Amino acid sequence: MMHGETAPPGAAAPVFYVTDEEGHHSEGSTMLGFWLYLMSDCLIFATLFATYGVLGRSYAAGPSPKDLFELPAIALNTAMLLFSSITYGFAMLEMDRDDQRKTQIWLAITGLFGVAFVALEIREFVHLFHEGAPPWRSAFLSSFYTLVSTHGLHVSFGILWLVTLMVQVHKYGLVVANKRRLMCLSMFWHFLDLVWIGVFTVVYLIGVLE
Amino acid sequence: MFDNINLQQLIFGRFTIEQIPYHEPILIGTFAGVAVMGVAVLALITYYRFWGPLWRDWVTSIDHKKIGIMYCVFASIMLLRGFADAIMMRSQQAISFGSEQGYLPPHHYDQIFTAHGMIMIFFVAMPFVTGLMNYAVPLQIGARDVAFPFLNNFSLWMTVAGGILVMVSLFVGEFSRATWLAYPPLSGADMSPGVGVDYYIWALQIAGIGTTLSGINLVATIVKMRAPGMTMMKLPIFVWSSLCTNILIVAAFPILTAVLVLLSLDRYLGMHFFTNDLGGNAMLYFNLIWIWGHPEVYILILPAFGVFSEITSTFCGKRLFGYTSMVYALVVITILAYLVWLHHFFTMGSGADVNSFFGITTMIISIPTGAKIFNWMFTMYRGRIRFDVPMLWTVAFIVTFVIGGMTGVLLAVPPADFVLHNSLFLIAHFHNVIIGGVLFGMFAGVTFWFPKAFGFKLDEFWGKVALCFWVSGFYVAFMPLYVLGLMGVTRRMQHFDDPSLQIWFVIAALGAGLIALGIAAQIIMFVVSIRRREQLRDLTGDPWGGRTLEWSTSSPPPDYNFAFTPVVHDSDAWWDMKNRGYSRPLTGYRPIHMPKNTATGAILAGLSFVFGFAMVWYVWWLAAVSFAAILVVAIHHTFNYDREFYIPADEVSRTEGQRSRVLEMA
Repeated sequence: MMHGETAPPGAAAPVFYVTDEEGHHSEGSTMLGFWLYLMSDCLIFATLFATYGVLGRSYAAGPSPKDLFELPAIALNTAMLLFSSITYGFAMLEMDRDDQRKTQIWLAITGLFGVAFVALEIREFVHLFHEGAPPWRSAFLSSFYTLVSTHGLHVSFGILWLVTLMVQVHKYGLVVANKRRLMCLSMFWHFLDLVWIGVFTVVYLIGVLE
Repeated sequence: MFDNINLQQLIFGRFTIEQIPYHEPILIGTFAGVAVMGVAVLALITYYRFWGPLWRDWVTSIDHKKIGIMYCVFASIMLLRGFADAIMMRSQQAISFGSEQGYLPPHHYDQIFTAHGMIMIFFVAMPFVTGLMNYAVPLQIGARDVAFPFLNNFSLWMTVAGGILVMVSLFVGEFSRATWLAYPPLSGADMSPGVGVDYYIWALQIAGIGTTLSGINLVATIVKMRAPGMTMMKLPIFVWSSLCTNILIVAAFPILTAVLVLLSLDRYLGMHFFTNDLGGNAMLYFNLIWIWGHPEVYILILPAFGVFSEITSTFCGKRLFGYTSMVYALVVITILAYLVWLHHFFTMGSGADVNSFFGITTMIISIPTGAKIFNWMFTMYRGRIRFDVPMLWTVAFIVTFVIGGMTGVLLAVPPADFVLHNSLFLIAHFHNVIIGGVLFGMFAGVTFWFPKAFGFKLDEFWGKVALCFWVSGFYVAFMPLYVLGLMGVTRRMQHFDDPSLQIWFVIAALGAGLIALGIAAQIIMFVVSIRRREQLRDLTGDPWGGRTLEWSTSSPPPDYNFAFTPVVHDSDAWWDMKNRGYSRPLTGYRPIHMPKNTATGAILAGLSFVFGFAMVWYVWWLAAVSFAAILVVAIHHTFNYDREFYIPADEVSRTEGQRSRVLEMA
């Protein structure tokens, strides 16, 4: 550390300010900020997973995972979301090549997979209601519905965001701001994929295996 | 919930005219007072034609300095509300003995202690802390604003919207009676069917969004926007404490959000997370809320530690003793904050091994905290201490906080906690650390940075009067509670049978009276300072002989903070610049890139308030409309790509020329 007192006499005067102002903008902070947001969101899911961990066996003499879950349907659901992640990846590759038309096509396909995922989830919930397993039946079902539908709501907001971005790309092209936004949604989308893999394993696979 | 829908319920939800508490004279009086003051404020704004500037320069401002000031103003107003609750509780307990019931029925008293705790933490301490960080951090790291200026404005108004929702509960319906953390099953739909807990939930959810976003914002600011040369170990210690605090915010507030969502699902949809039947588990709530709640304690105290560190080294004219150990102490406290939550409910009965673990981790926290106390004292040792008001608050803090810390270590011993749990000893302990630590820190910080923000110092005489009343008032109000707690008196009681206890409560009420005088002195201090502002004027921008970069600009700083971004060589950057013959650049100004003001933050927060209010009263159509409006406004905002502008070099040159003339006068 340099101290005023220890600077040798006659040393060159230190530089105390920059005259050339570049690279001091907030642009570079967006990715870090979005990462921090994702981590905070991750903690919401962590809380819901922990809650499911504590309450997931409290059936209150009601139905258990074995009575309710149909793995083939869940597998289809999972496939929709995994495919959507791949297609989002293709969209990003096209974005890097500045091919607006192909980017938009892949984004649209991603959105359709997302819609399919949400539709299948709603179908599953309707089915469960018919089986006599609404969320207020037991603590297990409360924690199950909350965890899964929180994820589903995230995907739904992701779709809304995706549509917004497609309109913006259509209107303003692949400008720097739009590329940054697509990057953020990309992280969000893959993050939801990751969370779903947790849900699939902890809730469905382990639930049916036991 | 959906049975017997009639037109009135469809339009007004569960709101009826009986929900306006016009039969309670205390509330009518309060309402009259608030209404008169409100009309007076509105009239003054109109008279001085301040509406335009208020909207343009403040409400829509994304300048971190103005946002910081608004946070502190909001916190001060809410402090008056929270203190009004406090003095009602103290006077009720002082008279409610034997056959005498006092003037507050249990129904009202329980709302008051719930509101007092919740308001003091979420709407006084939190906005004060956020306000100071917002004001000082960008200046201290040599930045022109925070990383996400719009988000900063949005966070402020979300916090305010939450606060307003709590205030509305005074006059429309009722507030929660389920304690400041809304423990179930008491806060569940069976035990608290009214609107009180819903007001609590939605106020916290709305304000919590603001807090989380401002946490993300400040972390990104500190990590990404430091001036060239400012490596992490050259950060001013207040910035380090802010970094740790905001990391804690980002890592703790989502848990609060999640657990309140679960509580609302229990209440609104009849789910079974925390109910007594169908598999619910109330102790899960205790665990989750305290996994947020304990880090929250450090979210409040770490910035205060940072303020005291800056003040100690400034007023002792010395480099802070043990800078590196200060940083490590902060980081260790940040990590340990997550490993102690269970000490809030040792009596849950998790067994000797679990309780021992959490007892030991709790005691370990006193080690880094103690190191910080010693560092402050060693900074003072052989320093030329100037006892200005901020330094006096610091000395008051060191003495008071050590006592509070030691009673905390006492409570950390599980067997002792079984005796003291839920007693007034605990109340005395946490007021000891929150008033003696956080609040004194905020008062010190406000006094310290006030001349920077407004260009004149606060009146010293009235500052010292306020300090004397606050410090003595604190001891007189809370030492009796330690005694009562040791005798086994429990908290949250509206009435006592044993008349031998009364004398202690009377003494405590006198203490609250002294604190009231302290607050009055503070109000006088602000009025006197504003009237004497010409005598108190600071022309140099560096009234205390400061050490960090905020003192290198004018008071108040220009919109762009620094005409040229500073280059940093030392942790006490401005001290270093003064020592080594820094001369202020007078030519070569360039246009400066700045973010534009926007009304979106205030609009979104207003809509969130409407949404929260509609959810509280089951007015589903209004909730749906306001939620849709939030989405539309937010999406519309993203279609605005033109968010920045340049301050032309001419204007920078004019502003800096003005400063040169002022400096010559100084």
